[in-house]
Amino acid sequence: MKKLCPAVLFLWLSQSFFLCPASAVPPDQKSASIQIKGSDTMVNLGQAWAEAFNAIHSNVNVAVTGGGSGTGIAAMINGTCDIAESSRAVEEKEIKQAEAKGIRFNQEAVALDGIAVVVHPSNPIKNLTMDQLREIFMGNIKSWKILGGPDWPIVLLSREVNSGTHIFFKEHVLRRGKKKAQEEFSPGALMMPSSYAIAEEVANNENTIGYYGMGYISPRQKVIAVAKDAQSPFVEPTLPAVRTNAYPISRPLYLYTNGTPKGVVKEFIDFAYSKEGQEIVKKTDFVPIR
Amino acid sequence: MAKLRKFKEAIIEKLIFLSGIASIVFVALIFIFLLREGISVLKSTSLGAFLGGKFWYPISDPPKFGILPLILGSLLVTLGAIAMAVPLGIAAAFYIAEVAPFRLRNILKSFVEILSAIPSVVLGFLGITILVPFLKRFLDLPTGLTAFAGSIMLAFMAMPTIISISEDAINAVPREYKEGAIALGATHWQTLHRVIIHGALPGIIAAAMLGIGRVFGETMAVMMVTGNAAVIPNSLFEPVRTLTATIAAEMGEAAKGSPHYNALFAIGIVLFVISFLINLTADLFLNRSRKR
Repeated sequence: MKKLCPAVLFLWLSQSFFLCPASAVPPDQKSASIQIKGSDTMVNLGQAWAEAFNAIHSNVNVAVTGGGSGTGIAAMINGTCDIAESSRAVEEKEIKQAEAKGIRFNQEAVALDGIAVVVHPSNPIKNLTMDQLREIFMGNIKSWKILGGPDWPIVLLSREVNSGTHIFFKEHVLRRGKKKAQEEFSPGALMMPSSYAIAEEVANNENTIGYYGMGYISPRQKVIAVAKDAQSPFVEPTLPAVRTNAYPISRPLYLYTNGTPKGVVKEFIDFAYSKEGQEIVKKTDFVPIR
Repeated sequence: MAKLRKFKEAIIEKLIFLSGIASIVFVALIFIFLLREGISVLKSTSLGAFLGGKFWYPISDPPKFGILPLILGSLLVTLGAIAMAVPLGIAAAFYIAEVAPFRLRNILKSFVEILSAIPSVVLGFLGITILVPFLKRFLDLPTGLTAFAGSIMLAFMAMPTIISISEDAINAVPREYKEGAIALGATHWQTLHRVIIHGALPGIIAAAMLGIGRVFGETMAVMMVTGNAAVIPNSLFEPVRTLTATIAAEMGEAAKGSPHYNALFAIGIVLFVISFLINLTADLFLNRSRKR
């Protein structure tokens, strides 16, 4: 008895640690549920879809949580969600980890997003090139004065590493789209837990520069117009600019499922692509893909 | 009948025994689990590069798992908090135990308890909306999200622990000491700082150590106000990233079994070991004060 107990306890513990079962969705059941997890950028979009979807399919319970694209993809690999929302494509590494667990990613690009670079409204800087942004976020330009602004120190605001926005910004702006490059955010960059936290700090602190999905744009922050290079025009992140690819920092937003979607999961994805679903994309300040 | 009673007692005894050792079993299991998941970090980095590395880029390819800035960040925030909370807490304990009139004493004690009951996320929320902008303006810093903001938040959290345990230690000083000192003509103040403080010292040190333990392991409030930049700090007025905040912020993203996941568990081991040492020291002092 005495010897057995720790062993039993350990088994029990390890079960609850390792074997969190996927919430499987049997299509034939009367009431079903869909677990959606992932990108913080997309959490409002997912929520709006879920509400509208629920109005049509009242027997389906859709739960949407954020945490970051990496969180959603990790949850899919670990089998704890049905749909992963992600603002970046899955990586080679993650595909391998998934394969080891018998999970095959199915990718659906359902919307587009422009990443807005923002500063405090009192900052006179209006335009920046991609190269300038790169130098700023790598920590090589430390004062607004060098960019023709006032003599204020630059405080960098970045998202945490679990954010798809963080990864996209790093690969697209810092590494100029080269996957193998080694550029990193300055270690001095503040890692903010959410886009909301970035918006708040930018609104309250005139030294800051930050980035977030264009859904968060508000008059309390000033949006910077970005140029691809010194010869190109400066473009603000607007709906037409993202759609025509004129704005240089934009990306597709994905829904991932395990294999070809079936049952209510398929219905949900079809809904996201539908006219009504794409209308919701527009309403939540993203750019429709269809 | 007697046999049945004996049997019953034996079962109850066993159950009590089990509950008694449960905490030991749990600590052991947690440590084994941490060790099992964390030790594999040595596959992707050496121990020296892990503990002494200056860069924390966990998702890059190849990743950099250097937790020196995180360790220093945690230590800096803790030191700052302790520098504020220990003197204040001990002074408050002396006031409550020795100086305050009886009625005020009870009111103060219940407020200290209320302070300890405030959830850390609420403190963090107040910190980010009130303290951080205030620090930026008041101290003219580039940003208010600094180690100092974290220290202030944590000082609030450590105070109740320090006050209540110090107060117990002061009350445990034998009455004769105090009476003897006063009989010898010492004033109240002389009695306090020449006699009682010496009697209560081991307990007060234990209180401080437990306060440190509380501060070191705190996560939420710190994550909200320290800026989380993984850079080696030069002063209290710069952003830092703590060990706890790193785990909390990144655990959701790490897929099970990946090097990043193992590295976060290895941070857990480091935290566990440091907290264990802090608590052990506190226990040693607490035992000394009880023996007197």
